Amino acid sequence: MEQRLNEKLVLIGNGMAGVRTLEELLKIAPDCYDITVFGAEPYGNYNRILLSPVLAGEKTINDIMLNDASWYAENGITLHAGKAIRKIDRRRRKVIANDGTSESYDRLLLATGSNPFVLPVPGHDLPGVITFRDIKDVDTMIDAAQRFRHAVVIGGGLLGLEAANGLKQRGMNVTVVHLMDTLMERQLDASAGGMLQQSLSERGLNFILGTETQEIIGKQRVQGVRFKDGREISADLVVMAIGIRPNIELAKKAGIHCERGVVVNDTMQTFDPRIYAVGECVQHRRKTYGLVAPLFEQAKVCANHLAQLGYARYEGSMTSTKLKVTGIDLFSAGDFTGDDTTEEIVLQDAKGGIYKKVVLKDNRIQGAVMYGDTVDGAWYFHLMRSGTDVSDIRHHLLFGQAHLGDSGHGGTNAVAAMSDDMEICGCNGVCKGDIVHAITEKKLFTLEDVRAHTKASSSCGSCTALVEQLLADTLGSDYSESPRKKPLCPCTDYTHDEVRRGIKEHELKDIPAIMEYFEWKTTNGCSKCRPALNFYLLCAWPSDYTDDYQSRFINERAHANIQKDGTYSVVPRIWGGETTPAQLRALAEIAEKYEVPTVHITGGQRIDMLGVRKETLPKIWGDLSKAGFVSGHAYGKAIRTVKTCVGSEWCRFGTQDSTSMGIRLEKMAWGSWMPHKVKMAVSGCPRNCAEATIKDFGVVAVESGWELHVGGNGGVKVRATDFLCHVKTPEEVEEHCAAFLQLYREEAHYLERTAPWVERVGLSYVKKRVVEDGADRRELAKRFHYSQQFAQKDPWSERAAGIDRHEFIPLKRVV
Amino acid sequence: MQATGREPNTADWIEVGGLEDIPRLGARVIETPAGNIAVFRTADDEVFALRDKCPHRGGPLSQGIVYDKKVACPLHNWSIHLDSGLAVAPDEGCTAVYAVKTEKGRIYLSLATKSD
Repeated sequence: MEQRLNEKLVLIGNGMAGVRTLEELLKIAPDCYDITVFGAEPYGNYNRILLSPVLAGEKTINDIMLNDASWYAENGITLHAGKAIRKIDRRRRKVIANDGTSESYDRLLLATGSNPFVLPVPGHDLPGVITFRDIKDVDTMIDAAQRFRHAVVIGGGLLGLEAANGLKQRGMNVTVVHLMDTLMERQLDASAGGMLQQSLSERGLNFILGTETQEIIGKQRVQGVRFKDGREISADLVVMAIGIRPNIELAKKAGIHCERGVVVNDTMQTFDPRIYAVGECVQHRRKTYGLVAPLFEQAKVCANHLAQLGYARYEGSMTSTKLKVTGIDLFSAGDFTGDDTTEEIVLQDAKGGIYKKVVLKDNRIQGAVMYGDTVDGAWYFHLMRSGTDVSDIRHHLLFGQAHLGDSGHGGTNAVAAMSDDMEICGCNGVCKGDIVHAITEKKLFTLEDVRAHTKASSSCGSCTALVEQLLADTLGSDYSESPRKKPLCPCTDYTHDEVRRGIKEHELKDIPAIMEYFEWKTTNGCSKCRPALNFYLLCAWPSDYTDDYQSRFINERAHANIQKDGTYSVVPRIWGGETTPAQLRALAEIAEKYEVPTVHITGGQRIDMLGVRKETLPKIWGDLSKAGFVSGHAYGKAIRTVKTCVGSEWCRFGTQDSTSMGIRLEKMAWGSWMPHKVKMAVSGCPRNCAEATIKDFGVVAVESGWELHVGGNGGVKVRATDFLCHVKTPEEVEEHCAAFLQLYREEAHYLERTAPWVERVGLSYVKKRVVEDGADRRELAKRFHYSQQFAQKDPWSERAAGIDRHEFIPLKRVV
Repeated sequence: MQATGREPNTADWIEVGGLEDIPRLGARVIETPAGNIAVFRTADDEVFALRDKCPHRGGPLSQGIVYDKKVACPLHNWSIHLDSGLAVAPDEGCTAVYAVKTEKGRIYLSLATKSD
């Protein structure tokens, strides 16, 4: 008997969903199967969603090839291109192609896609009547555009309009015929549809709406179209783009349960457990999908099961739509029509060509339609997917995220209008052209892909919306990972919140215990999850968790900030920013003694000594300790500074002693580890010289007491604080501050600043926990103070005394 | 210094310290006239040595977080394979690999870079 090493996997359908599944499978289990692929089209695998730009002459077929023949060869995959499968013999576990080729399988993957729907009117089979689905159709259209003049596109949906636009670009006189009164009525409401129609009309397209086609007329070839109302127009080419139907014939004939599509469960398995299905042919939880993002999610899940890992589940996708017509910005997602239980917020500027509508239910976004200015599409989509309560921001929701204070790219909101050399990512110097090039050239589909390949949006993240827009513009749909779940890192499928809950509920007390309980996919995590887990443990078990030194970033191991040349900077704590001549003298002497190359005054009212060699750190700290200084934690995800003004002690406008208040807060909070850096400030009057309203926790003194503000940020995304509450006494300030910090420590995700955290959970929630519920506040504050007992040890004096000596000296000097 | 490409001669091995001197999932630095070399120790006590310079912007790899058989550079978070010195895809770049071995808990390093 022939010895077989591998099981056989056969893929029917050489399209995007099926091949993506293979790619995912090869990534996680490269040697699991002998793979054979059957494809009806005579090509390798190409990016079907980019056919519209090919038709419009903006791209070539070569630009949109995803995998050519060599890819199949390199991965040991047998490709039968141009061979359609005629029959699946489930009993013998064999598939048979039209030309007689047959192949047996142990597992079968169906990715047969969908077929364009053809109106069954007389004349539908005349030469010159086509659909818009594959390379052949595009070739036919390009050819027709060279030889003929009049084109009629039946169907005013996404695909129909893209076809019409392409044919117009190719020089034809194009009329779009649509049964409904509104273009793209499944994605747009009447207002947005009207605006779209107007701008397409201005580009020279003709429209006949609310009209039903009765017959295609012509003898040898199509000559015209006749409508139910008796009108006729002439046509040399008719493109039917009225919808797609999942291609289920083959599956049905093989006795696999189908409804509108091939029915699959959450593991992408069909009625026959040996047969899986992905892509447009699939019906999952009563839904079928025609956009790329859901198909890729399905591919990932399916690969996971084919590789016999068996833990991934597909739970359905939320999708959004963009029209790939250059120069037209249009976005739609979710339920944008609404009903009696929903409300709408609308902004309409007909002359300016801008329309935005958001549909809300119980203060959560159900859907959105935008025309003209779509920069916030990704943001609305995100809010919708995460089910965020928007009651705190609904009064300025339609003005967009920029209005919430994201000044990163203020004013720039139409990537379509940007030139290729305009910079998108200021941190890494990446231009629009680089990103678009990478998306098409390197076949990228997700934000993560773009980040990995171009570095755009991978540093401060303020250009994320722009990059997402570029992706959407180039690919035609917004990528959405599983709606509500974002894994902590690639090592796990569990979210930050799930892991944090698990730590408490199952009393997981060290990193290996977490990785075991949650079945981490890697042996010892990565540079993303380990620091997060270390913080979560520290926060959950302040008295008995031993810090995992190797899971901290270098700055927190060396208790100093690494600089670009590998030296470090040293920032001692200067309580409340108030110092003395003696302190300054001590600092000056220390800086001279160690020949510190640069001394700089920081924005947080402290003194930064830069260019210190690592070996020198313990010595310089020893001297600083002797002079009474402790670590300023300028290097940590920790409490940084408390900035103050001179307040009522000196200032003629001061209403309270802001300096003492600031020092008091800093003495209370220093040494505490946080999800991210935390900056505070106390201003002595509403003139706010300490800039308290762009801090994580800001205090502004008024005659009657203190105003407390939270969630501000002065960095890449300038965000003014939200007003939390007004209190009367310094004790109350302290209690609220401790409670707020503890809530942030316990519930924010690692590396999430207070600003995005407050936006994510909503100010109302923070108010409820910290302001309205006094008992809750006191408990939070108590937990903060308890953990401070263990945290308030000066790391500098400890290290000057010899702790972690190995960190600061070389293992050996070779001369 | 020249790359030899073959197993170093006995005389070329320099004892640089004990295995216990490097924390698990950590690294230490060897200073040499030709620049620093980072010596890494993985979770299961494998030892690797790389030139202490990230191929991206020259960040000191010895200061990064070690996981699996990789290190994440502390400056811009590139990941480098400890065994080959290659950047983890899609980043592209390579740093020099040095031969290193452990015998009876002692670590020996050869200053000749591996050419393969």
